[in-house]
Amino acid sequence: MHRDLDITIDGVSRIEGHASLELKVKQGVVEDLKLSVSEDKRFYTQAVRGKNALNLPNITSRICGTCSYAHLLCAIESVENALNVQPSEQTVILRKLAAYSMIIRDHAMHLYLFSLPDAFGKESVLEFSEEEMKWVNEGFRVKKAGNTLSTMIGGRAVHPTSLAVGGVASIPKKEDSARIIHDLKEVRPLVLKIIEFFYNSQFSLKQNTRYVSSMNDDFSYLGSSIIDSDGEVIQKSGFMDHFFRVVIPYSEAVGYELEGKDYVVGALSRMNLKKKSLHRDTLKDAASFLSVFPSNNIFHNNLAQAIELLHAVDSSIEILQMDFRLEERVEPVLKEGEGIGVVEAPRGLLYYHVKTGADGLIKDANLVIPTSQNQIRMQMDIKQLVEKLISEDKEKGVVEMEIEKLIRAYDPCMSCATHFLNVKWI
Amino acid sequence: MLKVGIFSFAGCEGCVVEFVELLNDHQDWLKKIDFKYAKILKKSEDFTGLDVAFIEGAIVSEADVERIKKIRDSCKKLVCIGTCATMGQPAGQRNFFNDDLKKEVQFLVDRFHQLPKVLSVKEVVKVDAEVQGCPMNDDAFVKVLNGLLEEFK
Ligand code: SF4
Repeated sequence: MHRDLDITIDGVSRIEGHASLELKVKQGVVEDLKLSVSEDKRFYTQAVRGKNALNLPNITSRICGTCSYAHLLCAIESVENALNVQPSEQTVILRKLAAYSMIIRDHAMHLYLFSLPDAFGKESVLEFSEEEMKWVNEGFRVKKAGNTLSTMIGGRAVHPTSLAVGGVASIPKKEDSARIIHDLKEVRPLVLKIIEFFYNSQFSLKQNTRYVSSMNDDFSYLGSSIIDSDGEVIQKSGFMDHFFRVVIPYSEAVGYELEGKDYVVGALSRMNLKKKSLHRDTLKDAASFLSVFPSNNIFHNNLAQAIELLHAVDSSIEILQMDFRLEERVEPVLKEGEGIGVVEAPRGLLYYHVKTGADGLIKDANLVIPTSQNQIRMQMDIKQLVEKLISEDKEKGVVEMEIEKLIRAYDPCMSCATHFLNVKWI
Repeated sequence: MLKVGIFSFAGCEGCVVEFVELLNDHQDWLKKIDFKYAKILKKSEDFTGLDVAFIEGAIVSEADVERIKKIRDSCKKLVCIGTCATMGQPAGQRNFFNDDLKKEVQFLVDRFHQLPKVLSVKEVVKVDAEVQGCPMNDDAFVKVLNGLLEEFK
């Protein structure tokens, strides 16, 4: 039952209405597929040049309000490497805590507000029944626990103010830690519920790709070297020798390939590659769900996010039980240098490479963000999905909805993750 | 019910993320407000007949100018949230580029039909209220929203 089809989809973008998906189907085969992303370019690569390196974190945090913590931490790491600043052990632990708070807020937002409607077959949470709404209320409680944690460690939830090159401005007070531990323990059973919920989801799209994540032995979001699913270990200094930028002529965004092939970053990749190093309490209580990984079903990205949510809760509780003491910030000395930062943002590997001049000003910065790394595979998956649906003679509306669901499963930045598709059928 | 639209222009969407953070403690808004256009919550296309339009982000392109004018025509009150919308920054850093940097990005500025200079919202249309901050200040936003809920009761 082969069909011919032309589809244009407008509005696939973080910034509304600036991207499109063009599809041409002949005889049931996708002949042409263009997923073009435009995001009202703000020219950050150029804007950071000539700026004091110590200000870099506060500037690039504004690249993305959803992942501001990841950008900030990655900028800090790259600048510290360029200036040979060695942060204290306690500082590193507190930065890990900051990253966990980001994971709790962001994964909770994505799972409860963006993914649940797909699971319930509703357009949005605004259409939920009272029964379904209970899930959303639980989501807000989980998210709030993350917010309180972010506010304590970073000063606020978006664009944190107290994390800087050389150290952190404040340490957790005993009474605050106790209060937050209490909150986290209270929401922990809710997190176990949402894990089970996504474990039972039947959505499936199998991929043949490589999964890439940064490596460390505690599944924190600050990484050292980079690994991929074929067991290849790439040192971060060799990033540019393995990962190549691909210009997509019809799009404002760029894509990336690993040694000439597509690859995927994000929660699914992390779970596939390093589930063994999850927090011991997570390993214990999520044991029956972990057997799913490694998985090549992109929809398992949601299950992976839910398990990461638990890991972030458990790891935060452990860190908050430690004793902290006030420390002098390591005073950075401005100098000529070159530094790399690698952080796992909620949606995958984030890479910064900066060069500073003798005056401590940024000479050059190369930033590689997760969504562009997933771009090429996402396009291939859409193709595969559309061909399958056409062969099953599915209605246009169903095709549109399924494409949306697939893109959402990748956990792209916010607007992309919500209900953005505006399809024009020609 | 207060008919609301939430729109993003050039920015990082941090102000809208901040709004979602505020929902943690204000879930009653989901019942009190008719979100006619809010991509963060639902599929949104039509934005006619709004009581209030919240605008995040700066105006960078010709298409943005057209769109913000249309939004202005279809809402009773227009409120800017965050400094990208209120002052055009930090989204508009290219306004301060030196000649070398300007030259470097010019082909992209042309290709994507960007304006010669990034603009704040009030440089293009009339603005009724502003919430400053990057991201927008929580308390100020809640105050403005409560005022509007009262006004359009
Ligand atoms: S004002 Fe700040 S937080 Fe708001 S969109 Fe602009 S950069 Fe993002």
